[in-house]
Amino acid sequence: MSVIYLDNNATTKVDPQVLEAMMPYLTEYYANPSSMHTFGGQLAKAVKTAREQLAALLGADESEIVFTSCGTEGDNAAIRAALLAQPEKRHIITTQVEHPAVLNVCKQLETQGYSVTYLSVNSQGQLDLDELEASLTGNTALVSIMYANNETGTIFPIEQIGLRVKERGALFHVDAVQAVGKIPLNMKTSTIDMLTMSGHKIHAPKGIGALYVRRGVRFRPLLIGGHQERGRRAGTENVPGIVGLGKAAELELLHLEEATTRERKLRDRLEQTLLAKIPDCEVNGDPKNRLPNTTNIGFKYIEGEAILLLLNKYGICASSGSACTSGSLEPSHVLRAMGLPYTTLHGSIRFSLCRYTTDAEIDRVIEVMPEIVERLRALSPFKNDDAGWLQSQEQTLAHR
Amino acid sequence: MWDYTDKVLELFYDPKNQGTIEETGESGVKVATGEVGSISCGDALRLHLKVEVESDKILDARFQTFGCTSAIASSSALTEMVKGLTLDEALKVSNKDIANYLGGLPEAKMHCSVMGQEALEAAIYNYRGIPLAAHDDDDEGVLICSCFGITDTKIRRVVKENNLTTAEQVTNYVKAGGGCGSCLTKIDDIIKDVEQEVATTSKNANNGIKTTEILNSGQIATATRPLTNVQKIALIQKVLDEEVRPVLIADGGDVELYDIEGNTVKVILKGACDSCPSSTATLKIAIESRLRDRISKDIVVQAVEP
Repeated sequence: MSVIYLDNNATTKVDPQVLEAMMPYLTEYYANPSSMHTFGGQLAKAVKTAREQLAALLGADESEIVFTSCGTEGDNAAIRAALLAQPEKRHIITTQVEHPAVLNVCKQLETQGYSVTYLSVNSQGQLDLDELEASLTGNTALVSIMYANNETGTIFPIEQIGLRVKERGALFHVDAVQAVGKIPLNMKTSTIDMLTMSGHKIHAPKGIGALYVRRGVRFRPLLIGGHQERGRRAGTENVPGIVGLGKAAELELLHLEEATTRERKLRDRLEQTLLAKIPDCEVNGDPKNRLPNTTNIGFKYIEGEAILLLLNKYGICASSGSACTSGSLEPSHVLRAMGLPYTTLHGSIRFSLCRYTTDAEIDRVIEVMPEIVERLRALSPFKNDDAGWLQSQEQTLAHR
Repeated sequence: MWDYTDKVLELFYDPKNQGTIEETGESGVKVATGEVGSISCGDALRLHLKVEVESDKILDARFQTFGCTSAIASSSALTEMVKGLTLDEALKVSNKDIANYLGGLPEAKMHCSVMGQEALEAAIYNYRGIPLAAHDDDDEGVLICSCFGITDTKIRRVVKENNLTTAEQVTNYVKAGGGCGSCLTKIDDIIKDVEQEVATTSKNANNGIKTTEILNSGQIATATRPLTNVQKIALIQKVLDEEVRPVLIADGGDVELYDIEGNTVKVILKGACDSCPSSTATLKIAIESRLRDRISKDIVVQAVEP
């Protein structure tokens, strides 16, 4: 059975051209790019080329690119760098719906004497800019806000946010792990000071990422050691990964229009057909400002893990905001922050597409999904025709 | 993906006994229903039992479950397990039995089996007309986990029943601590408390058990601490009554315990034994050797005049 992979916000497959570009650096070109000999110099050139390719995708200067190992490292490095560069400031602003790579760093910083404001979101997952405005003070060192949400695809008004942040003199970090390659970015005209991205979300391998650091932004490294990456990230370069990331960035730039047209059309067809065929379901997220590849649909009265396992039987890979799919017992913090009702919350499924997604694959999901939902609803005590218990529970919850 | 057993997957993909049982007015038959869990917690189970009133036997069982793979499989397993049992027999089905029936559940999914056991209890108590609050004191006590509304009473019960030793296990079994995690230290304290309580009870119980075993078997040699005089007298009397006297009485004689001084047991021989020329042999073979065998090798039996 072939796999229908609609979990591209979790990770993507390595593009064959990316692998091809990497292969020589996994075999014959194994020298250290910092070495002075010609052999090492060949690798240094490859790293430089990759830096240029990535800079082109981000609309940045190549000197502003710092290669990292992943998105988590980028987020950690950016936050720590911003605080170390402004030791007199002790306030951070972020949102309730960030990735744990930001949220958990902030929580740890709270234990170290920093104060953190976690901005709320509305039912579409959007921020209230007035709340942001009111939270900014002269003590705010950093505002760290994601570009697009990994679960719902909701895109934040990053440049509007950035203008407000800059007015108050704080640094602005953006976790753009989900946005890079899916929407056009241009750091030259942006208010962003630091931007995190990750290779495995754009068809490069896992274990490689990058941090954009605007020229002039004071930066204190997270990893200290050698002088690699102009002293901003020590450690011998992952040359095959960097080469792969460079190639992936080049390909993403070529496919960017496709992401916003063909992928969006496929996503919309999937979403609209499922909504039409299946009663009692709704889309989670901002219908207007949303990544073109992502749809998150809440199927009421049933639970996400059970849906995923039945999808899995058909070889379909998706993701869920359900607690049962994670190590935690709490459902998605993103969907909870949006205030989704519990009837929808536990049964929310994310389908995330990529440039390899085909019409036939979408057809297959459309074919099997109604049957899966019907089957689980037949098991559920909360289905429509037997809602007495549910109503009593909702009343109890409303009084909490 | 969770590592589910084949049985879990089998009952998830092809659940047995899903659905409801309606009251049909059939003579001698009643339907019992139990509901546990909630939409907010992410899993809920409504269990239906068809009960033959006269025999208290479960004729049929069906379920409706909102939840994950293991919640559905646990519910289905439960219905298979209780069909044909009496209600009293069904009450003995534990969450461990459900998990075992499934060939095991991932540790983090054990709460699904607990939900099954709780639904079964709820259905049976509902059927018997016992108000939930009267038998289920889980909701009473101090609220420990506000994310999932779990009290210390419930945590204590599950810790004891399943020999849990870590807060993580408690989370896996009843979800407490699985939300914000702020109650995990309180859960640790409860576990410590229960462990101390169990250790104390066990120590007391062990003493009791040893004595009971001694009394039942008549073996003093295995005792780890000396018997009290009262225990010794009781034990000697027991051996005499159950093992010695019936034989003597059969021959027209009898024996009565008169007194004990240290290891010296004084008895009065009665009836045929009193005048028997072999009374010394009776004392040594029939009585002394039996008491030595059952209680202590140091026992000496002496006859005293009536």
